Amino acid sequence: MQNFESPDFFNLDDVLSEDDRNVRDTVRGFVDSNVMPVILDHYEAGTFPTTIIPKLGELGVLGATLPEEYGCAGMNNIAYGLINQELERGDSGVRSFASVQSALVMYPIYAYGSEEQKKRWLPEMASARAIGCFGLTEPDFGSNPAGMITRAVKDGKEWVINGAKMWITNGNMADVAVVWAKTGGSDDPKSIRGFLVEKGMPGYEVREQKKKASLRASNTSELFFSDVRVPEENMFPKVEGLKGPLGCLTQARYGIAWGALGAAMACFDIAKKYCAERIVFGKPLAGHQTTQHKLAKMLTEITKGQLLAWRLGVLKDQGKMNHFQVSMAKMNNVGIALDVARVAREMLGANGIMLEYHIIRHMCNLESVKTYEGTNDVHSLAIGQSITGLSAFG
Amino acid sequence: MEIIVCIRRAPTTDARIKPAADGKNYDPAGINFDISEYDKFALEAGIELKEKHGGKATVLSLGPSAVSKELRTAIAMGCDAASLLVSDGNHDSWAVASALAAKIKTMPHDLLLFGWNSVDSQSSATGQMVAELLGLACVSVAVALEVKDGVAHVERLASGGNRERVVVKLPAVITCQKGLNKPRQPNMKGLMNAKKTVIDESPANAPADGVTVLRMDPPPPRPAGKIVGKGPEAAKALVGLLRNEAKVI
Ligand SMILES: Cc1cc2nc3c(=O)[nH]c(=O)nc-3n(C[C@H](O)[C@H](O)[C@H](O)COP(=O)(O)OP(=O)(O)OC[C@H]3O[C@@H](n4cnc5c(N)ncnc54)[C@H](O)[C@@H]3O)c2cc1C
Repeated sequence: MQNFESPDFFNLDDVLSEDDRNVRDTVRGFVDSNVMPVILDHYEAGTFPTTIIPKLGELGVLGATLPEEYGCAGMNNIAYGLINQELERGDSGVRSFASVQSALVMYPIYAYGSEEQKKRWLPEMASARAIGCFGLTEPDFGSNPAGMITRAVKDGKEWVINGAKMWITNGNMADVAVVWAKTGGSDDPKSIRGFLVEKGMPGYEVREQKKKASLRASNTSELFFSDVRVPEENMFPKVEGLKGPLGCLTQARYGIAWGALGAAMACFDIAKKYCAERIVFGKPLAGHQTTQHKLAKMLTEITKGQLLAWRLGVLKDQGKMNHFQVSMAKMNNVGIALDVARVAREMLGANGIMLEYHIIRHMCNLESVKTYEGTNDVHSLAIGQSITGLSAFG
Repeated sequence: MEIIVCIRRAPTTDARIKPAADGKNYDPAGINFDISEYDKFALEAGIELKEKHGGKATVLSLGPSAVSKELRTAIAMGCDAASLLVSDGNHDSWAVASALAAKIKTMPHDLLLFGWNSVDSQSSATGQMVAELLGLACVSVAVALEVKDGVAHVERLASGGNRERVVVKLPAVITCQKGLNKPRQPNMKGLMNAKKTVIDESPANAPADGVTVLRMDPPPPRPAGKIVGKGPEAAKALVGLLRNEAKVI
């Protein structure tokens, strides 16, 4: 397969700084040499390519926007977006690993944690010597995390946690889990607090969720807590209520808005090259009207998505981004990526179902990406609320 | 040890190079540029030697100001400083070597490293010409390199795939070939550091070309494939052709 050529129909490269393009090209080279050679086997086997974990640490993409004093790279948000785009051009599972580590674990430790928590975990996590996971979703509460059942009760200088989390990315590999639990009554989401639950704490168990048909090169696990005693210094001191986890999700969704484009761009590039070479009815598939219609539609959607992501990045760097904008970008870009992947899959005919052509892998992965971090339904309700001022969630 | 690594910005190795409308150079449209492939071995060698023996590795290039991107990659990999001789023109190897040599004369240098060939112009000349202009010895196509007590111990590819072991007293020029090392990838911290680096820019002042390109033509189109028949007969015909015509079996 030829090397990846990223579509840039509106010359967005011209608005990216040289440094940001350098970051993108570096991560692209990294994915070519470290992810592409191993990803198909891992996808087929349903395993995460753990050999790339220390390499991601060395590359410095984990928690890349956080400050240098904690061992991170202190990058801007456009560069961070481009990192996600390139990782997901490789595989959504690899990007998910990095997103969870960066946006869902390192970010809350940085934003809500004590100085001790930051000093202890951030340098370890930036270098990938420690891995994190984020436990919000429960078997009965996904889109509506305010209903969570997991509870933490204070007992002397410890919190005692009981409950269960499900669908937790990196769960089985994690040295530390950011766990959200209610500290008050079951109907009191304002009492939600975040805790750092460490591997090996008595009563904390993890079980991998096998037989997924999507995001196969990613670890997804259930977390169980029965009377897990967590020292009080492991609680995040600076945040209370649902805005804790939601603040993390805004960070992660920002990355996904860029990441999904990477998968879409890969599918478009592969389909475009395939159509140029595949001869049907005496001429290249690319020369038929319906094919061109499909390619034109794909590229148009990708280009719109690129503009959305880029503008969102500019707003984020200026400190002007709001979470409704993030909802729109996540919803749109994952939605179009899935559409692009499906059409690209179809354009390759039977070859489209083969893993060696990559598209079916991206397509199946994107089904998860569409569901996690807020389904498209939920994001449209968020946007609807910002338009109308009325909540239609309940 | 003062090391200078000379790099060139060139199309990536997977680029599809087509002659431009003027028929004298390639068309840069739609081409991604990078550090010319073999120059990456020179960069890695320079950085490794600096890390081992101390001193400084400086990266030097001649080209348009956009080359700052490649220079920053070199800094991110581990070079300490970067200089750019700015020129938008297309120069022959002689003009490039003259401008580089004039700059290098003003810089301390114990070891000058180049790629053995650039992936675009493919003249395999610049390193040797710089050596000549500076009156230095030159070892080309190095595949192994060590420095001890002011002497470089080099293995180079000689004809027939033989490896020649040579020693050369520093200062000297060495041109680098694939196999010398595995060029490292820059990381994000390196790139952030590179962002802060001030690139020493000055006009190239390259002399006039000695060589004039008259035309650049694309390779002849590949001849159409041949269908030698159908069914088992085709296999027989194919074996016959491979044996008697292509002489490959
Ligand atoms: C591979 C994978 C990895 C994941 N990783 C993590 C992780 O690391 N950490 C974590 O905490 N969670 C994780 N999740 C969980 C994910 O965030 C949830 O699955 C998601 O929030 C949806 O919740 P649910 O599956 O319970 O679906 P439900 O909430 O039950 O939704 C079911 C359907 O109903 C729709 N719906 C929901 N509410 C409304 C409404 N008000 N109006 C109309 N339609 C509605 C939804 O859009 C969806 O189509 C992961 C999920 C997957 C698949």
